[in-house]
Amino acid sequence: MSTQPTDLQDERLTINTGLSGAIKKSRDRIKSGDLGNLPVIIGLLIISTIFQFLNPFFLSSANLSNLLMECSAVGVLALGIVLVLLVGEIDLSVGSMSGLSAAIFAVQFVRNGLPIVLCILLSIAAGAFIGWLYGQIYNRIGVPAFVITLAGLLGFLGLQLFVLGATGTINLPFESPLVQFGQQAYLGHTFSYFFAIAIAIARFGLGYYGAMTRRKAGLSAPSLISLALQSLFIAISLGTIAWYLNKSRGIGWMFVFFIILVVIMDYALRRTSWGNSVFAVGGNREAARRAGINVKGIYTSVFILCSTLGAIGGLLAAGRLAAAAQSSGTGDVNLNAIAAAVIGGTSLFGGRGSAYAAPLGMVVIASISSGLTLMNLNSSIRYMVTGAIVLLAVSVDAVARRSRTSHGRG
Amino acid sequence: MSSQTVTRETVLSLKNVSKNFGAVAALTDVELDIKAGEVVALVGDNGAGKSTLVKILAGVHPQDVGVVKIAGQEVHLGSPSDSIKHGIATVFQDLALCDNLDVVQNLYLGRQLRGHRLDEVTMETTAWELIRQLRAKIPSVRIPIASLSGGQRQSVAIARSLLGNPKLIMLDEPTAALGVAQTAEVLNLIERLRDRGLAVILISHNMDDIFAVADRIAVLRLGRNNGMFKAKDTSRKEVIEAITGSVDNAVTQRAEAHSK
Repeated sequence: MSTQPTDLQDERLTINTGLSGAIKKSRDRIKSGDLGNLPVIIGLLIISTIFQFLNPFFLSSANLSNLLMECSAVGVLALGIVLVLLVGEIDLSVGSMSGLSAAIFAVQFVRNGLPIVLCILLSIAAGAFIGWLYGQIYNRIGVPAFVITLAGLLGFLGLQLFVLGATGTINLPFESPLVQFGQQAYLGHTFSYFFAIAIAIARFGLGYYGAMTRRKAGLSAPSLISLALQSLFIAISLGTIAWYLNKSRGIGWMFVFFIILVVIMDYALRRTSWGNSVFAVGGNREAARRAGINVKGIYTSVFILCSTLGAIGGLLAAGRLAAAAQSSGTGDVNLNAIAAAVIGGTSLFGGRGSAYAAPLGMVVIASISSGLTLMNLNSSIRYMVTGAIVLLAVSVDAVARRSRTSHGRG
Repeated sequence: MSSQTVTRETVLSLKNVSKNFGAVAALTDVELDIKAGEVVALVGDNGAGKSTLVKILAGVHPQDVGVVKIAGQEVHLGSPSDSIKHGIATVFQDLALCDNLDVVQNLYLGRQLRGHRLDEVTMETTAWELIRQLRAKIPSVRIPIASLSGGQRQSVAIARSLLGNPKLIMLDEPTAALGVAQTAEVLNLIERLRDRGLAVILISHNMDDIFAVADRIAVLRLGRNNGMFKAKDTSRKEVIEAITGSVDNAVTQRAEAHSK
């Protein structure tokens, strides 16, 4: 008994060790409704098989490289949506927010000739302020977020048109750093392989450090071999992806920027008390309040972050398009961001999900859009297919939730 | 414990506490004293003011009139965090746990170790220490609360209230939803809390539980004090008379009817 780690001493625990144990453990987890990223990955496999069959260009290096660039801007919006969904709320206005941010940037940068850094900061500050405003209305007046942000969807679209003025579209100069970032900045060979190896080494180093601390404290920890295998797997898969994409333009810096935001958000959600509070508020608001969590503060911080990410996404989209237009952030942008978060596995019922839902879901959405475009189908079909997939994703979420309840996994 | 009896300090003392909700006087001039290492059962019929008293002490809403003293110092309990700061821990009837979080996360809900970064290892080892001390039967601290039984959840909620090193712990109907074995488990837990020198307020309708663990029994009736009994020197009949306010009540009538 004394040789067992502290957390594995209870005789009722089934202890799964080794490789077969790990497989059994994940099978039990999936069966009981804790699906993790599995539905998305299966979905992606199906989607890419179908489209590759229909058009062999789909899985080409050039198309995938472009696809990752395409999903970055809306992916940043989806990251914000993940946050509001985690506290059990919704933001319908991220699209308008991104359009407004692009408009503010373009007017200040092109028409008024302000320095680019100042323009970027102004747009982001506008996002943060609007999020703060949402938080105040939500906390003080108690209007549901659904209604507040629906008003914001219309109101800030109007403000976007007002800011752009009579001319409508403002083109950004091609040489400006934002456009370069959105269209021309790619990682290149050296950087991409360096990143692949650096990430694998970091994974091993952090995992090893974590395992040592746990073992010292008498808790169970993953073995050195499994950590090494994991890191090797990461190095090989990232290296292969980089190699394949480098056959054309490679991996865009904008996508790397998106992933960096995701990693930061994942850390904040899982490893900080703020992140725990976000999950607690989403899981049981009253319990969180009684535990002394500043529930109103959490809501405000989440709305601010969502709108700020909306503003950042708008800047990326403007850079990608080299313009701020009246149509920026309108149409399906909002719904794509929400759909990506849900498809990626964030529960609409609150308290369940992860930052990685944003890139996963976004890749699904971008794949469908790219595949249908390659088939020369117009947006009518694209909307219908995306709609069907959102419905499927929400159904998977609802069924998994029922299964979790019956298997006692909350 | 008897050697400590002399030096035991009064943890909580209420004087003339009143609370009105509009025209309804929920509490009128209520007094209560609790010493360290003592279990006081708070009983009363529905509407007697037990919940109001609990909410005042938990900082949910402050009293209109009267003084709350903690260890001799007058305190103002304006919010749940005020109460926690002054060493009053409350375990509500619905336990206020988050089903989607695991045991460790629930224990540390609203608290943090070492700044904003969570120290997962320390949190997990402390969680195990606490669970071992309470001899609670939790198989793993990394499973969601949703998969635990009622008694296990109660243990988690009590363990959580102990993290802040409280002087007083209030348990609101801790056995109401539990089976026979789980009830016994929770009663054992209450005795362990008392042996650790905590003052315990136990709100319950169950006379068996009250007489099993309480040292004293405070009766509220229609928002007023209606007697304080020593559990050792009193009978259930006396307590029930104090709760209902008459010798001739539904409980005694039923007892007579059955004995005939």
